[in-house]
Amino acid sequence: MHFSFLSLLRAAFSAHRDWPEQWRSPGPKPSYDVIIVGGGGHGLAAAYYLAAEFGIRDVAVVEKGWIGGGNTGRNTTIVRSNYLLEESEALYDHALKLWENLSQVLNYNVMFSPRGVMMLAHTTHDVQSFKRHYHANRLAGIDTEWLTPEEARDWCPGLNIARDIRYPIVGATLQKRGGVARHDAVAWGYARAASALGVDIIQNCEVTGIRRGLDGAVTGLDTTRGHIGAKKVGVSVAGHTSVIMDMAGVRLPIESFPLQALVSEPLKPIISCVVMSNTIHAYISQSDKGDLVIGAGTDQYVSYSQTGGMQITAHTLDAICELFPVLRRVRMMRNWGGIVDTTADRSPILGTTPVPGLFVNCGWGTGGFKATPGAGHLLAATIARGEPHPIAAPFSLDRFARGRLIDEAAAAAVAH
Amino acid sequence: MLLITCPYCGPRPEIEFAARGEAHVARAAPDGDGEAVAASLWLRTNPKGLIAERWRHVAGCGRFFNAVRHTVTDRFVTTYRVDEPRPDLAALAAAVGARGEGAR
Repeated sequence: MHFSFLSLLRAAFSAHRDWPEQWRSPGPKPSYDVIIVGGGGHGLAAAYYLAAEFGIRDVAVVEKGWIGGGNTGRNTTIVRSNYLLEESEALYDHALKLWENLSQVLNYNVMFSPRGVMMLAHTTHDVQSFKRHYHANRLAGIDTEWLTPEEARDWCPGLNIARDIRYPIVGATLQKRGGVARHDAVAWGYARAASALGVDIIQNCEVTGIRRGLDGAVTGLDTTRGHIGAKKVGVSVAGHTSVIMDMAGVRLPIESFPLQALVSEPLKPIISCVVMSNTIHAYISQSDKGDLVIGAGTDQYVSYSQTGGMQITAHTLDAICELFPVLRRVRMMRNWGGIVDTTADRSPILGTTPVPGLFVNCGWGTGGFKATPGAGHLLAATIARGEPHPIAAPFSLDRFARGRLIDEAAAAAVAH
Repeated sequence: MLLITCPYCGPRPEIEFAARGEAHVARAAPDGDGEAVAASLWLRTNPKGLIAERWRHVAGCGRFFNAVRHTVTDRFVTTYRVDEPRPDLAALAAAVGARGEGAR
């Protein structure tokens, strides 16, 4: 069914009680052309683009829990593309361009709100580094602006630009095309659109093994709902990538760390944009519901616990209270952790693997949400063609052995 | 915050320690091929279960030591000196249970 003003009006007359399910929940078929492991935003997007753009409709998405319940539902929903290196700029801007009309394409309101992402510089080194990003972005045609502290405060009222604080604000970059989106709606919108094109979305189906034929190629998956055959498998499981790929005997240059976020009680609109600070480890925006959404840093050790140390969030809140003294008495409602798969160069791994028929999309570390449409599209293109999409090619797994790292210290809002 | 037992100083809060990554990673020979060098530089086991890792008590005695920790519960199973061999992780895993419930 198509969402429109008329369909909303019609449903209003029945008090919105008669909305049908937005995607099918079939049992697994004996086999599929392509199975995507992982029903987060990335995996669902890949399934959607396989069906919509590459004509491969015999596709299943298998998900251990419920769709969008992993890192898609645990991040701070920031979208931006102001990265330093050409390969990253192409990758993240590809995603940003897809974000810009995603609601129209999916006919589902993903609430993409390009309200501007402002990144604060606190030291001389920050200024040098950010100006380098600023010039690199302008060369690549990515919108960016340099703000003085006064301009930064005017853009985001309430920002403390006093000179006598521990880390005074000495400048900022601003990407106005950046912003936030509604994380659940992204997963649901892709699921709905993919399901309408014939993709089977199979929840509560955990992969327990990857089967390979005599030639080494993938032949299917063992799951908690039985064996499912597949000609090609795309793995898009974020923090658990090492666990899944180990089933196929593939080792990856990835370590999984907890990353925490927290939200406050709902407030009237007060923070009009996204504010990030690498140096003092904090980023903040305000959701449409009114909660302040605050991102913290990673813990220092490998873990799958989906929780993290309280000292990490306390450190972040120290920084938030100094940036926005007006928020000092706001109460926090919830905090949580996700598990991020981090590569040595803080850039993702997207492409083929040594196992024929097995493709991987991982290593997004602390910044995967912003790439959701782009990562899904590039994974779909790579699976459909059997070779990496040109934008994804630099992010191949073999770059580590070749020494062609894409070293993006800017890939996260935290100092690495 | 984790409570970590330094083999030299006893139990201390995590904030005194720096995690230094997986232990017992053998450095590739300088004349080794690219694959071997890349593997020793970048490939880690990243297990969901017991991991042997290096820690340094930076705000205490300053010394390195190794520890075995369960990556689902973050419980420490044992700590040992850096010159001691890696404990048998499979045997330890059997002793502490699938989720490390038996770890101290």
